[in-house]
Amino acid sequence: MKNFGKYIIFISSLFKRREPFKTYVNLSIGECIKIGYESLFIVAIVSVFMGAVTTIQTAFNLVGPLIPDYTISLVVRDMTLLELSPTIIAIVFAGKVGSNIAGELGTMRISEQIDALEVMGINSSSYLVLPKIIASILMYPMLVIMSAFLAILGGYLAGIFTEVIAGEEYIYGLRYEFNSFNIPFALIKAYVFAFLVASISSFQGYYTTGGALEIGKSSTQAVTKSCIAILIADYVLAQTLL
Amino acid sequence: MVEIKCINKSFDKKQILFDISGKFLKGKTNLIIGASGTGKSVLLKCLVGLLNPDIGEVLFDKRNFTNGSKNLITEIRREIGMLFQGGALFDSKNVEENIMFPLNILTKLNPKEKLEKVNHCLKLVGLEDMNSKMPAELSGGMKKRVGIARAIVNDSKYLFCDEPNSGLDPLTAIKIDNLIQKLTHDLNTTTIVVTHDMNSVMEIGEKIMFLHEGKKLWEGDNKNIFKSKVKELNKFIFSNRLMKKIKN
Repeated sequence: MKNFGKYIIFISSLFKRREPFKTYVNLSIGECIKIGYESLFIVAIVSVFMGAVTTIQTAFNLVGPLIPDYTISLVVRDMTLLELSPTIIAIVFAGKVGSNIAGELGTMRISEQIDALEVMGINSSSYLVLPKIIASILMYPMLVIMSAFLAILGGYLAGIFTEVIAGEEYIYGLRYEFNSFNIPFALIKAYVFAFLVASISSFQGYYTTGGALEIGKSSTQAVTKSCIAILIADYVLAQTLL
Repeated sequence: MVEIKCINKSFDKKQILFDISGKFLKGKTNLIIGASGTGKSVLLKCLVGLLNPDIGEVLFDKRNFTNGSKNLITEIRREIGMLFQGGALFDSKNVEENIMFPLNILTKLNPKEKLEKVNHCLKLVGLEDMNSKMPAELSGGMKKRVGIARAIVNDSKYLFCDEPNSGLDPLTAIKIDNLIQKLTHDLNTTTIVVTHDMNSVMEIGEKIMFLHEGKKLWEGDNKNIFKSKVKELNKFIFSNRLMKKIKN
């Protein structure tokens, strides 16, 4: 509870003694490249294989004489939009971006770079953390959209190559009884998860004390705590919005 | 001038600083000396506002830094330059960007004026044409010089240095000490240096405060430090063979 209180105070400190708006725009653009662009490859790889594996496993488990083939793509579509793309990719995102944020801020803390900012009269938490949260909130939903597209494409390619489903059947299944609320639901999850990953990782990194060993611990804790927060938020959002 | 009044500081019920008062003079290199763990760095952090003293006040030219308004604290902080022990250069920025950083944040100068100031400071610290080097490419002494350049680029009135020559060879350490003293005289800054290096004490100690176990035991300058009757100070000064030989 003490840590949670400290986290809330940390988040509120981001909005005090801010620098000019232009400063945050420039910093956020740089962070968008680091957080978004540099995550494209890993998100793409994970998404394609996630869709492909979902197709094959669904086919293995579900297909029988009474179940039509297009059920496979229907399952792939709904699983991708509701869970796989926003949540599993969030865990990948926590592993890549979260550990990076915690490591970067932890190193800045122990090498006194954060103290240097404070001595200059700059609110270091706002200056360093706010652009990361903004960039994360801007970029992660885009990654989720891309991931959903690639996962469905991966499922399509796996279905065709392994001949578990025909292309037309797959497309038909994708369109069959589509609930359009799944898309805003996935995006709401994406915004919440992006905030959680960036803020929790920043919090862990910002309050690192000690040396190189503690930076490693902060990174690990950032990923662990982000994953737990993602799973709790996932449950709460599913319970309240669906 | 920087003045401290009755500074007390504790961590987890363990008191680190006990009623420390004193004045650090403008245009002089003021040294805070003492063995490791005596609270020198804690005192320095209280001075620059990285830590809040439990009791006591820090005054910058009679302006209350400890209990002042947020605007006053920010105003004073922007007049402070600090050299950290490891340089604390921003890893992702090159030398020029590191030195220009305070100007980008704190001033409205145009890019040409900023670059002129950066190059002037680089010249002052003897690192001309090093603009594009990254911190990882610099030696320890060079990092300290860049740190000094960053500390003075914004025409700082107050210069704080935390162990400026730790980890440096004696020759480079003396160069850094002399550079700090020269800048103090040329720019008329109030310079406060935390050190445990006796070479620095002898080289640049125009005003010295000796701390022992969180208490101020002696104050003076490098001319009368050897005449001190304080047992702890004498033990600190004559801790190595060379100093003992000089004494004898």
